[in-house]
Amino acid sequence: MSDLFPLWTHRLPRQLLVGGLLLATSVTAGVWYYFTPKYTRAGYQPLQPVPFSHATHVGQLGMDCRYCHDGVERSAFANLPASATCMNCHNQVLKDDPRLAPVRDNVLTGRPLAWVRVHRLPDYVYFNHAVHARRGVSCDRCHGPIQNTDETAVAEPLSMSFCLDCHRNPAPNLRPAAEVFNVNWRPTSAAQQLADGQRFVREWDVKRLDNCAACHR
Amino acid sequence: MTMRVFLAILVLLVVVVLSVAGFRGGFSRRPPIELFNDMTRQPKIHPQSASDFFADGLAARPPVPGTVARDGAWADTPLNTGRITGTTNFAALNPRPLTAELIARGRERFTIFCQPCHGPLADGRGITAQYGLVIVANLHDPRIVRLTDGEIFDTITHGKNNMAAYGASITVTDRWAIIAYLRVLQLSQLGTADDRPAGPSAAPTK
Ligand code: HEC
Ligand code: HEC
Ligand code: HEC
Ligand code: HEC
Ligand code: HEC
Ligand code: HEC
Repeated sequence: MSDLFPLWTHRLPRQLLVGGLLLATSVTAGVWYYFTPKYTRAGYQPLQPVPFSHATHVGQLGMDCRYCHDGVERSAFANLPASATCMNCHNQVLKDDPRLAPVRDNVLTGRPLAWVRVHRLPDYVYFNHAVHARRGVSCDRCHGPIQNTDETAVAEPLSMSFCLDCHRNPAPNLRPAAEVFNVNWRPTSAAQQLADGQRFVREWDVKRLDNCAACHR
Repeated sequence: MTMRVFLAILVLLVVVVLSVAGFRGGFSRRPPIELFNDMTRQPKIHPQSASDFFADGLAARPPVPGTVARDGAWADTPLNTGRITGTTNFAALNPRPLTAELIARGRERFTIFCQPCHGPLADGRGITAQYGLVIVANLHDPRIVRLTDGEIFDTITHGKNNMAAYGASITVTDRWAIIAYLRVLQLSQLGTADDRPAGPSAAPTK
């Protein structure tokens, strides 16, 4: 009588088990690593119609965010500047530079200058810039070291856990009101930051906003 | 034997996925993938967005001609226009009460909006002067010191010659705050020994 189960089948159950485990681990690791805004959103760096550089204007010239994003303290939306704002300087600086042609066209002929949106939360999330700017949350907490970047990119995942990590415990992230727009500001030490942060939470009555309706309404 | 083949394929797959998909936070030109996209993009209009419904392609509509803002900034008062009501004469003095708060606010706004060109001392030597923005006024020029507050208000609101208008980005009250601070800067350059407060003179710190 020939073997009903040839020799190789004796190792099959163990091989299937080990192989299956390895495969499952790899797939889980892949999903964990890739299926998150840390991968899908962070690092997005679209090509803009004008090679505008925050490194030049903020890092080198030391301009304040509010010169261009002048609504950020007052409204939920941080506006992009009108082309006329660029022409304040570029009517004299780099007056005929081809890189700035779309800006000049927009001012002279009204042809739209469409900057590509970099950050974009889902529409079911409400975000508000003014609230954060007035509670000592600096731009660079969410937008990274923009004063060093030539092309704007998404620096943080902006996922729900990113928001909640701070909303549950804001103290380590709050800075003096006058330093919110100073992207080069650093606390003197972690202990100092925590002490100041806790003081700000008390003085400004900062709430622990982790109820769903704070962001989904 | 089969196990080795299987392992080799698995390792190859991991390498291929890593090299195609890259690492977290890596550079990407493609718009983010939205994995579970229920209700992620809703048919609503966001500020400064495009719309193909209107001929000019803009979602934001300009106000109907004749629309009046509710905040009262339209009224013909010196506060809003820098001119004496009913005339075209410039108001001589700042209509806002001069307080330390107003001047502090003015200092902050001056630093944001004027310093890049006029410099921290308003002497026309801002950082942009090094890059070709050469025709900037020195605000300590006697002619400019003698301008009325109303005329400076008008310059900020509507611009003048080579200086662009800042009416759209600076609120009316902030414009007066800037003027108050500008007067402080001008005074600091015009002061004489007699302007020092009486009493023992404070030794300069630092
Ligand atoms: C000279 C004007 C100017 C200044 C000053 C400036 N920005 Fe911008 N900013 C722009 C323009 C123009 C864009 C659109 C092009 C781009 O995305 O790079 C932009 C884009 C951005 C974006 C991305 C917007 C999006 O599409 O999601 C962020 C975030 C931002 N700026 C933050 C800042 C911060 C923080 C500061 C202060 C440290 C600052 N900016 C200062 C002009 C300016
Ligand atoms: C306060 C004055 C000022 C404003 C406002 C301003 N720029 Fe500039 N910009 C400069 C200066 C100064 C340079 C550097 C010129 C040089 O290197 O010779 C520059 C350089 C540039 C360059 C050349 C590339 C580079 O980074 O050197 C581009 C493009 C540019 N600006 C776009 C813009 C746009 C778009 C805006 C409006 C959102 C704007 N600028 C607003 C002063 C300004
Ligand atoms: C708490 C995190 C956070 C802080 C702090 C923050 N931003 Fe943002 N910013 C965002 C998010 C999230 C978006 C995308 C908003 C959306 O899609 O509705 C965004 C978008 C923007 C945009 C694009 C226009 C818009 O409103 O969608 C600009 C410009 C901008 N931010 C500038 C700034 C500046 C300047 C500061 C500093 C005052 C700042 N941001 C501080 C999270 C932040
Ligand atoms: C670094 C800290 C920090 C981060 C990150 C942060 N927040 Fe906040 N957020 C705050 C603080 C502080 C407040 C003010 C709380 C208060 O009003 O007392 C606030 C308030 C808000 C409010 C206002 C709620 C209201 O009462 O109107 C909204 C909405 C909000 N955050 C959404 C978000 C979203 C969405 C994100 C993620 C993209 C986010 N926040 C990330 C610190 C943060
Ligand atoms: C601080 C702001 C904030 C609070 C509070 C908050 N969320 Fe979110 N939520 C977000 C943001 C931001 C996203 C978008 C994440 C993304 O697209 O990466 C999100 C996404 C979601 C999603 C969709 C996830 C997906 O990928 O499809 C669900 C469901 C959700 N939230 C449920 C809740 C519930 C339930 C609560 C209350 C327990 C809550 N959220 C509280 C900010 C918040
Ligand atoms: C983009 C650069 C720039 C910025 C920013 C700027 N100015 Fe000027 N300013 C100029 C230039 C250039 C002139 C010279 C105009 C001329 O005579 O051609 C000028 C002239 C002036 C004058 C003299 C006007 C006259 O009667 O001759 C005043 C007053 C003035 N600026 C005030 C301000 C104030 C206040 C601010 C801040 C809100 C400011 N400027 C911001 C470039 C700038």
